[in-house]
Amino acid sequence: MRFNLRVWRQLNQASEGEFESYSIDRIGADLSFLEMIDHLNEALIEQKIRPIAFDHDCREGICGACSLIIDGVPHGPMGATTTCQLYMRHFEDGAEITIEPWRAGPFPVIQDLVVDRSPFERILQAGGYVSVHTGEAPDANVLLVSKEVAERAFEAANCIGCGACVTACPNASAMLFVAAKVTHLALLPQGQPERERRVVKMVEAMDAEGFGNCSNHYACADACPKQIPLSLIARLNREFLQSALLGREFGEDDLDCCHQE
Amino acid sequence: MISSKEIPDAKIPDGPLEQKWERCLDGLKLISPNNKRKYKVLVVGTGLAGASAAATLAELGYQVESFTFHDSPRRAHSVAAQGGINAAKNYRGDGDSIHRLFYDTIKGGDFRSREANVYRLAQVSNNIIDQCVAQGVPFAREYGGLLDNRSFGGALVSRTFYARGQTGQQLLLGAYGALNRQIHTGQIKLHTRTEMVDLVMEAGVARGIVTRDLVSGEIQAHLGDAVVLATGGYSNAFYLSTNAATCNVTASYRAYKRGALFANPSFTQIHPTCIPMSHEGQSKLTLMSESLRNHGRIWVPKQAADQRSPQQIPESERDYFLERKYPAYGNLSPRDISSRAVKEVCDEGRGVGAMGRSVYLDFGEAIEQLGVEKISEHYGNLFEMYQHITDENPYQTPMRIYPAAHYTMGGLWVDYHLMSNLPGLFVVGEANFSDHGANRLGASALMQGLADGYFILPQTLGDYLADKKPATEPTSTAADAVVAESQQQSEALLALNGDCSIRSLHRELGGILWNHCGMSRTATGLGEAIEQLGELKQKFWQRGMVGGSGEVLNQELEQAGRVADFIEFGELMCRDALQREESCGAHFREEYQEQGEAARNDADFSHVTAWAHKGEDQPPESHCETLQFESIHAGKRNYE
Repeated sequence: MRFNLRVWRQLNQASEGEFESYSIDRIGADLSFLEMIDHLNEALIEQKIRPIAFDHDCREGICGACSLIIDGVPHGPMGATTTCQLYMRHFEDGAEITIEPWRAGPFPVIQDLVVDRSPFERILQAGGYVSVHTGEAPDANVLLVSKEVAERAFEAANCIGCGACVTACPNASAMLFVAAKVTHLALLPQGQPERERRVVKMVEAMDAEGFGNCSNHYACADACPKQIPLSLIARLNREFLQSALLGREFGEDDLDCCHQE
Repeated sequence: MISSKEIPDAKIPDGPLEQKWERCLDGLKLISPNNKRKYKVLVVGTGLAGASAAATLAELGYQVESFTFHDSPRRAHSVAAQGGINAAKNYRGDGDSIHRLFYDTIKGGDFRSREANVYRLAQVSNNIIDQCVAQGVPFAREYGGLLDNRSFGGALVSRTFYARGQTGQQLLLGAYGALNRQIHTGQIKLHTRTEMVDLVMEAGVARGIVTRDLVSGEIQAHLGDAVVLATGGYSNAFYLSTNAATCNVTASYRAYKRGALFANPSFTQIHPTCIPMSHEGQSKLTLMSESLRNHGRIWVPKQAADQRSPQQIPESERDYFLERKYPAYGNLSPRDISSRAVKEVCDEGRGVGAMGRSVYLDFGEAIEQLGVEKISEHYGNLFEMYQHITDENPYQTPMRIYPAAHYTMGGLWVDYHLMSNLPGLFVVGEANFSDHGANRLGASALMQGLADGYFILPQTLGDYLADKKPATEPTSTAADAVVAESQQQSEALLALNGDCSIRSLHRELGGILWNHCGMSRTATGLGEAIEQLGELKQKFWQRGMVGGSGEVLNQELEQAGRVADFIEFGELMCRDALQREESCGAHFREEYQEQGEAARNDADFSHVTAWAHKGEDQPPESHCETLQFESIHAGKRNYE
């Protein structure tokens, strides 16, 4: 197969980027999309052209490192898959393919197709966990969790933190990402003690990072490689409202900031 | 630095096996809470072992700095572990116990691991499940709300806890949460996109590391009171493996070059159930979880070169070779034995698929018995992944699988406290050698990574620090020297301007190791490989090609440094395989077999081989740690 590629090239965060065109030939249909770029990069290196930088690692759809907007669609045209699980058999021979990095204000480009997703880190650091010291836990079967609840919590916990939801959203909203973590822990008994403060802390962090709000475009769920359900955003709103109604003020100081051993 | 051939004391406590860990804990020196905060620990790697260690050390009050070359700790390759995690809970009441988990694990490793370490692993396995559940890990449940279990290879009980086919992901998210909580309170400082390129030794102790910031290119030293390596395994030496693209041996290998002993480098696991290679441009092989063997049956046609589709081959003309050869364990035979059996039938010309290098993993019978829905509930995501990659529907046609490099049992030598022979350098998870012997059983890697990180290292590390004054010097001349060396190495790599891409050199390395140091090894082949690797090293430095700048993100430069170390390390793997004149576990020497099964030689090789670096142009020196079996008899490893 042969393809004409339009690829976003940008040396670093400070420089201006632009599209460059490359032709690539003799590509097998069983090559993955990233292997196709590997192939192109080997050719570029031979011509002493700087190879295209892109994030990738596990190449089996679970680490969340790979990104890429392919022909305008995050993770490409297949739906419900990551870029690394996209194969060239999904494209027409001779097609022109446009490849861009995630496009969202909070995710600046580091180089070419690599972006900075550290805002996601800070949101999770703000409260996306159960506070339990190592060694404090009771026997695992003391807590009963119904099969249905465990399954639903798993579906939310399935988020790989790739950021496709943000780049797909015209508002660069991270609400599906935040909703996934909030839901995962809100459904389980282990998550109850911190349920209210968690949602507030995470939403505050999300706002501070400059992510927009949901205005019901639903593009995030379409782009999600793990099919995190859209309904979780409604749950996030409910959790947040409930927390507000139960008295925790938005922007209130963290009570245990001063707690030290 | 070790000059003679002795191994440092492994610090295994006296007393009965069941009491060793408790005795060790009772004897550890403690540090007061006020003083803990004066010590800084550097933890490299954020997979299960690294994240759990960093979080727990921070909870205890130490200052921790955590390093990952990913953009987020959550992307460490532990995330890709599929099947599950073992524990001796015996929730099923099927006869499991700590002793049985211990025995299965040490037998699975073909009696080439330390009794005391493996027993401790089985002991803390139960705490791990408790800890993970408390963190909110959504393990699979029964309708009554209790935890569900399934079976894995090498065991006759159901002791594996799982979260669909994504157990590693969910456990890592738990450890990542614990890490995040400590980052938020400032107890941990996290460095992302930062790769360790060398170790700093000063006055005989590990004093810090040198890193390269992958975005700015800055090479700098980080100093502390102890260094913990949680940097994973080296299966990518084979180029094609189930590991993620960036998994590498550099941190371990650099520590080895600074004097750390490297133990059993030839013990590498080839996993039987991977999607077979289908084309030349392939960059990785994808694992299909061992758990599939709970319901899938492995077979090939009885007749060689049978061109019929699997549906056309009647039951009577199929050879379910694992069930035939190992009736007791059948399709759940351990990985090394299963892999070799698969290779054997393919060598006989009975392999299937276009290249004849694969066997069927058939769910036909299970689907008939249990229905599509039940099978999908167990393995849905795995079936989907298989279909994405191969374009074949495993609900309709049998999967095709073939072995691939997957996990490395070898690693840096550590004592019972998980400290290497270099004082202050600790090694946890896949990066150390300690618990899996010559072969690892399924669902044991997650167990070991979390045992080391949550429950063992945070205790033993304090014992080391208790005798030391907290380091206060902000700089060190030793560190400056290592930084200068790392800068030179980086410049040398950038100057490579030949005609061979780094990827092509890596591919060549993989070919050499797969052919001569893979599933089946011979003295002649290993000798040839050592020669070829010497030539490949020269080729790398004469004809390799990197280019670009060291002051921006440069992924070719990153990979070049890793491949340079892999090439040198490959030689160490081959030397170790050559010296071990027996077959044990995953290490199969064709010269040493009985009726096609591995022939272990306990008289001469019941030991760990640990290698010491002796200089650039000198051969490494081997050291022996004799394995003492006080509580069990190292019998023949029989799965028939």
